[in-house]
Amino acid sequence: MSSDRSITPSSLSIKDLPWQILWNKEKCTLCGSCTSVCPVNAVELGVFRKRTVQVPLNIATGKQASGSDYSIYYGIRQRTDPAYACVGCAMCSLVCPNDAIMPYRGDEADKLRYHIDRGGQPRRRGGRRNVPGGILDQIKFIRISMLTDPALDAGRHEFELKTLLGRVLPPEENLKFLDDNGWIPPVREIYPLMIGSMSFGALSPTMWEGLQMGVSYLNEELGMPVRVCTGEGGCPPRLLRSRFLKYVILQIASGYFGWDEIIHAIPEMKEDPCAIEIKYGQGAKPGDGGLLMWHKVNKLIAAIRGVPPGISLPSPPTHQTKYSIEEAVAKMIQSMYMAWGFRVPVYPKISGTSTALAVLNNLTRNPYAAGLAIDGEDGGTGAAYNVSMNHMGHPIASNIRDSYLNLVTLGMQNEIPIFAGGGVGKSGNLAANAAALIMLGASGVQIGKYMMQAAGGCLGSESDRCNICNIGRCPKGITSQDPRLYRRLDPEQVAQRVVDVFLSFDTELKKIVAPLGRSTALPIGMSDALGISDYHAAERLKIKYVV
Amino acid sequence: MCRLFAITSKEPLSPMIAAEALDVMREGHDGSGVGLFMRDLGGPFEEMKDAPILSGIFTEKGIKRLDQFMMNIGFMTKYKLSVKIPKVRPAGVPKRDLYLVRAYEYPEEWEKLSVEEKQSRLLILRLELRTMGEEEEDMIVFSFWPDVIMIKEIGDPMTVARFLGLGRKDLCARIIMAQGRQNTNYAINLYACHPFFIEGFSTMTNGENTAFIPIKEYLESRGFHGYMGYQSDSEVFTHILHYTYEKLRLGIEWYKHVITPLQDENIESHPNAIFLKQLKHSCRRLIIDGPNCVIGSLPDHSLFMVQDRKKLRPGVVGGKPGMFAFSSEICGLDAVIPDRDKTKDFQPMHLDTVIVGPDRQEVRVCRQTEVLPPLH
Ligand code: SF4
Ligand code: SF4
Repeated sequence: MSSDRSITPSSLSIKDLPWQILWNKEKCTLCGSCTSVCPVNAVELGVFRKRTVQVPLNIATGKQASGSDYSIYYGIRQRTDPAYACVGCAMCSLVCPNDAIMPYRGDEADKLRYHIDRGGQPRRRGGRRNVPGGILDQIKFIRISMLTDPALDAGRHEFELKTLLGRVLPPEENLKFLDDNGWIPPVREIYPLMIGSMSFGALSPTMWEGLQMGVSYLNEELGMPVRVCTGEGGCPPRLLRSRFLKYVILQIASGYFGWDEIIHAIPEMKEDPCAIEIKYGQGAKPGDGGLLMWHKVNKLIAAIRGVPPGISLPSPPTHQTKYSIEEAVAKMIQSMYMAWGFRVPVYPKISGTSTALAVLNNLTRNPYAAGLAIDGEDGGTGAAYNVSMNHMGHPIASNIRDSYLNLVTLGMQNEIPIFAGGGVGKSGNLAANAAALIMLGASGVQIGKYMMQAAGGCLGSESDRCNICNIGRCPKGITSQDPRLYRRLDPEQVAQRVVDVFLSFDTELKKIVAPLGRSTALPIGMSDALGISDYHAAERLKIKYVV
Repeated sequence: MCRLFAITSKEPLSPMIAAEALDVMREGHDGSGVGLFMRDLGGPFEEMKDAPILSGIFTEKGIKRLDQFMMNIGFMTKYKLSVKIPKVRPAGVPKRDLYLVRAYEYPEEWEKLSVEEKQSRLLILRLELRTMGEEEEDMIVFSFWPDVIMIKEIGDPMTVARFLGLGRKDLCARIIMAQGRQNTNYAINLYACHPFFIEGFSTMTNGENTAFIPIKEYLESRGFHGYMGYQSDSEVFTHILHYTYEKLRLGIEWYKHVITPLQDENIESHPNAIFLKQLKHSCRRLIIDGPNCVIGSLPDHSLFMVQDRKKLRPGVVGGKPGMFAFSSEICGLDAVIPDRDKTKDFQPMHLDTVIVGPDRQEVRVCRQTEVLPPLH
């Protein structure tokens, strides 16, 4: 900006932005790779004029007057318009042949945050809550079985670490129903780590396909019964009619996107889906519905979801046809059961909330409810208002613990499995976080962001990096519907990463449970194994306080 | 590690036999405590098979309170076995006023009650006495059941047995279980000592149940008053046995399917696949974990042994028709039944339940992969 131009309140300098681009003129080859790859056009070709002061060497003769030499050089200029602020994704660094460019985080809080609501539109973004760390990372496994036994061998011993998804009857009733040929609710024996709901639409076709392929491989080649949830975006017709559907949990949410297609495919289904998840809320944006922005609604997405292309698809925060969660639980669960002849478990998913117990108590009275998934505040999303993501929701640990202990009081801890999600493995400690949640009472955990990072190579971090999943310009092709971008992602390689993640998780989980002397069953609710050095957290979670 | 010894014999035996067996295995326990369970009693108790016998330890005050309590509900003492406590106590054995083994006559109004009703009332009374005793610390009650005597004390098994004069003629039984304790917590609570007892079922364990907390929470939430206590992680084995029989109406062949079910793939190829899958699902919170060898006695006078899923604890059964013993170590068997055919000694593995029935004629091995007997 030149000095005589007017300054507006929203005039920002590079220093005012969250990320500053450092560019090295010496190294730059002016290839233009960075400017073309930048997903937000934050850098552009800069033409710079440079003055070199000329001072004559032989002042005595005075023949040559002093003066200036002006030269022009080309390079990179970072834009300061809030709409084009650098998001720190570092794609420019990735593509630069000479490592001449790199984004750096500003050394103080940015000023951009005060101006990112142009036209009265508050900031929206994808990604995560951007709060590093958390209680799960602080939990230690302290009950090492040293007392009387040979420790178990994580590498050689036999382990049974599956979990159950579905309404389990109390033993007496179960055996009686079995005897009388009564209806026993469907129950699935699955791996305790599931890929949580990420919709076809939020994710690119290559990412989605990669996840599905990886899950199929885990099931069919490695015998690991891993399940993946579709999210609210329907399911591709061929998958609906394939044998792989049994590895898939179909999600229905308030927009009912894709359900026309699903219902019509029922007569042609070769296999029942693993389960139906009814989404009432999600951790990243509790009380807010899905939000697929028009950028991402191309023809394919529109066809699968059963909507016109190129329009934004906000699903309402509530199921419009229901008045209350009680009614929803009663009616929706019932009708979903009916659709598949009572052969498929149906369970609701809610966002972490201090009212979770009320929902849970409701489910305990409904003989069909197949479980409860709770998504904590650290959950990620493809698109949400910044304020929802950062400030709404409930931490997962105490929510799960309270729910589990509530079931224990009712004696129903085996009947309604609770699944935990939201920020599991957000610092990279996937197995430790998952095991902690399981020992607090979860029957299994759902992960989303972790898969995007580990299997897709997502650049997001817990410090507001990238997070532009909502605008369809994902530089890694994970959350974009633009073929030029999603072709960057090879589904086969995504699938391979999915397999890597699950195999390494499995080894780590065994490395946690074996020293605790557990191998015969998943240690759900084994709270005596947990300790934490935060006294109040220990009291709250009813685990040991250790220092 | 603790050491276990159990014997079932056609002729009544003195509990000293079990004390001797534990004594030869003393390298495996630290002499910090002993627990004895006797059933199918001989001697004077032979004549009163139906009379409930109360076993426990009482202070002077406790015994007065007990007498008052029992009188109020109309129980009359029928027979009592008085243990003379010598003046000099061996090191490590605490001072006690009275070791009680007393058979009662049911109150008159109980006579018309069904056996089940009587038994469930006996349990309630035992729990009531336990609570009273805990309040004033003046009574410890181990069992209150017909044809069952239990004695537990801190100290070396042999020393305690001699001290209490357990070699006396009027104390003998056809089924005896004994545990020599390896102390794992400093303050020894006798309620944490094996064997454990509930409504005719008794078990003792050598091991560590690493799934204790979730199982305890599950049993406590069954809404059955008898599922309480849990000073020891092994008490749940007894209660799960009780649950298997009394609540699920299943037998000993199913017990191992409850506590250490087959893996899912093995269930699929099992002849009772459908049943076992449902059992595994609904009894999932009763699955035990860790190294455990469980020996138990059933109301029908069978004796059994079950190993954990990986068979991480020692255990052997051997004997001859009329007399079989279960022991942590072979030397325990050798000490008690030296003249048996040792080639027939059997060490149950991870899928086995071994049972010696009331006829004491043979060791029955029940493998988990075998077809189950028909129900009911
Ligand atoms: S870091 Fe990303 S957003 Fe920033 S200039 Fe580089 S490519 Fe553009
Ligand atoms: S890399 Fe893609 S998925 Fe990851 S934060 Fe950026 S836009 Fe979102």
